[in-house]
Amino acid sequence: MLDNLKILIHQGRQYIPDVTRAIVPGIFRGRPVISEVDVKEKELAELCPTNAISLNPLSIDLGKCTFCGECAFAFPDKISFTTDYMLATNDRNRLIVKSGQEHPIKLDPVLVRKEIHGYFGSSLKLRQVSAGGDNSCELELNACGNVNFDMGRFGIEFVASPRHADGLVITGPITANMASPLQICYDAIPEPKIIILAGTDAISGGIFEGSPALDRSFISKYNIDLYVPGNPIHPLTFINGVLDLIKKQET
Amino acid sequence: MNFISVRNHQTIPLSGIPMLDYDSFLELNVFNLIREKGAHCVNYFGFRLDGLIRLVCCIANDESHSIQVSSSAVPRMALPSFSKHNLVFEKFEREIHENFGIAYTDHPWLKPVRFPFNRFDPGSRIADYPFFKVDSEELHEVGVGPIHAGIIEPGHFRFICNGEQIVHLEIQLGYQHRGVESLFLEKNKLLQRCTLAENIAGDSVVGHSLAFAHLWESLCKHQTGDHLKMARTIALELERIAIHTGDLSAMCTDVAYQLGSAVFGRLRTPVINFFQKWCGNRLAKGLIRPGKSHFPFTRDLAIGLMDFLDEYENDFEDISKELFSLPSALARFEKTGVLTTGQALAIGTVGLSARMSGVSRDIRASHPHDAYEALDHQPVLKTHGDVYARARLRKKEINQSINHIRHLIKILAAPEVYDQNPLKPAPDSFCVSLVEGWRGEICHCAITDGKGELIHYKIKDPSFHNWLGLALAVRNNEISDFPIANKSFDLSYCGHDL
Ligand code: SF4
Repeated sequence: MLDNLKILIHQGRQYIPDVTRAIVPGIFRGRPVISEVDVKEKELAELCPTNAISLNPLSIDLGKCTFCGECAFAFPDKISFTTDYMLATNDRNRLIVKSGQEHPIKLDPVLVRKEIHGYFGSSLKLRQVSAGGDNSCELELNACGNVNFDMGRFGIEFVASPRHADGLVITGPITANMASPLQICYDAIPEPKIIILAGTDAISGGIFEGSPALDRSFISKYNIDLYVPGNPIHPLTFINGVLDLIKKQET
Repeated sequence: MNFISVRNHQTIPLSGIPMLDYDSFLELNVFNLIREKGAHCVNYFGFRLDGLIRLVCCIANDESHSIQVSSSAVPRMALPSFSKHNLVFEKFEREIHENFGIAYTDHPWLKPVRFPFNRFDPGSRIADYPFFKVDSEELHEVGVGPIHAGIIEPGHFRFICNGEQIVHLEIQLGYQHRGVESLFLEKNKLLQRCTLAENIAGDSVVGHSLAFAHLWESLCKHQTGDHLKMARTIALELERIAIHTGDLSAMCTDVAYQLGSAVFGRLRTPVINFFQKWCGNRLAKGLIRPGKSHFPFTRDLAIGLMDFLDEYENDFEDISKELFSLPSALARFEKTGVLTTGQALAIGTVGLSARMSGVSRDIRASHPHDAYEALDHQPVLKTHGDVYARARLRKKEINQSINHIRHLIKILAAPEVYDQNPLKPAPDSFCVSLVEGWRGEICHCAITDGKGELIHYKIKDPSFHNWLGLALAVRNNEISDFPIANKSFDLSYCGHDL
């Protein structure tokens, strides 16, 4: 018992006091910035493993990007990655970062359904479904609840039963073999409910895009309330995205 | 003898693999190669070539540090099975059956493996998996999954129980099937293939991407320098420390030891944050690239890592001491989920799941790659095969990994400069690559055509064998002990389903 207490005291304070302002250590690749410098744009677009780069104007779709950073290594004057982890949004188009764009990525308050703040503003229970996820976003979603990120302090928690949930967090590119269990799980969640896509694989299929082993029809059937880019998502990207979704929207 | 002996990630011409008629092929592998001391099957697969199904069997021999490769070409027909004589082949043959429709006449349970999109029988459905059934008034069934309580990948567990006791468990997988092996052929840019390798299993990013990098470098006859080899070894050992620490946390959670769960959990954070400092990604995605690295392991990183390991070790020893002397935790760990040495050998478990049952299987020692050759790595062994053995093994392996890293940092070679010339794989070639990830041996095989293009890519995650180990280990346990037994194996769903 005493030893336990000693360890407890020795651990000190581990949680991040302000998750909206925390600085991520090291060389995190967050929101990219694309300069107006002239480069061989076609060559640049071609090197991307997931076709995340489009031309005219040159842009990166964070819903497809795996954040591998290879474009910035090959064209350092053209593309750089900032450590800005605030990448989540509810508008699919806002995930596309265009050349010259410096402003941060935000949610569109107009698109946030009215009932979300009222129902979920101070308590949001989520059911996670991995549908072909590679266990990296799953690890990071678990990390959201650990003593460092401590998402539970905001009333946001993952629950076991869809019956107790207010929404669904999907990871993975959605395999054909998981299409039906995913649907069953969604149907079991009471209304009103939200859908969050966590990670590049969930948002676009990522590197698995086009595989005949996928069935992504679920995504096109429903309104998506939040897109959280990353490969895997960073816990701070997820927590801040969800907090922005459930807060009182100023429209 | 009609096989060719190769070393780990050595490229040979495809024509160098001897072709046998099926009976001699069976005889050779089942009655000779696999029976030798230190032998285990690292891969056995089929692929379509010239209208036939070409079977390739790779038996690694840990004593001679070589892999014996042989092959046979058969039309789609009924064949006698390897599995009738030796169960280590059971899943490989189920896969060959599922993919190519080869009907084995005497396979003990020819069940589906993962319902891949290109399965031979497209009419078979994952919802209709043929579970083992017992007609009994006294026994009942418990079905769990595919979606589980918690943030975890999907898979279905079907228990047959006598009251609270598990009589039989059958594990049905396939829900995570993304078609990875086919995508390796279709997505033909090297960067796409690297990305695929990194996304096979997100908890074994370094392990799988290293298996791919070795294989690709070998196919392209590319030599890596000492610095890169050392840096890669450090990354692989760091991944082991990170996941083992996280697993110890999860095991504490499952036995309701809150302090252990919190402290091991928070100890994992700086390990993965170190990966972020090194390569910008907490799970090391982007770190390993064939023939080069964007992220040299600098002096500053080395110093930072040394300091961090000292800090980590103090806290880790404190909490480990508590955990392993806590009667309430030990009562749940000891004699729970036992896999005997005999069972482990019979079904061919690998890695941690073998070493905890006294079976010394560790690619780092038997088929060393990167810096392991010079490290003189001695596998940590436990004999009891229970949850306790798996927890202790993790603890000891973390200590060992820390020592390996410290040693490597001391002798770290200067970084090399790599030219960025694209690598081109040799035509008509075959290569098998083995890496000891934290779960165990990861095996990647590739075959190229006359133009050097991939025509077959085969991946085997250690979970492929080890899932059956879990199913056997929980027999006669209380069903309430299943979560801790499962967590202590911590097997991969996506690595299995591919
Ligand atoms: S960082 Fe994103 S946009 Fe750049 S190459 Fe990688 S996947 Fe493509």
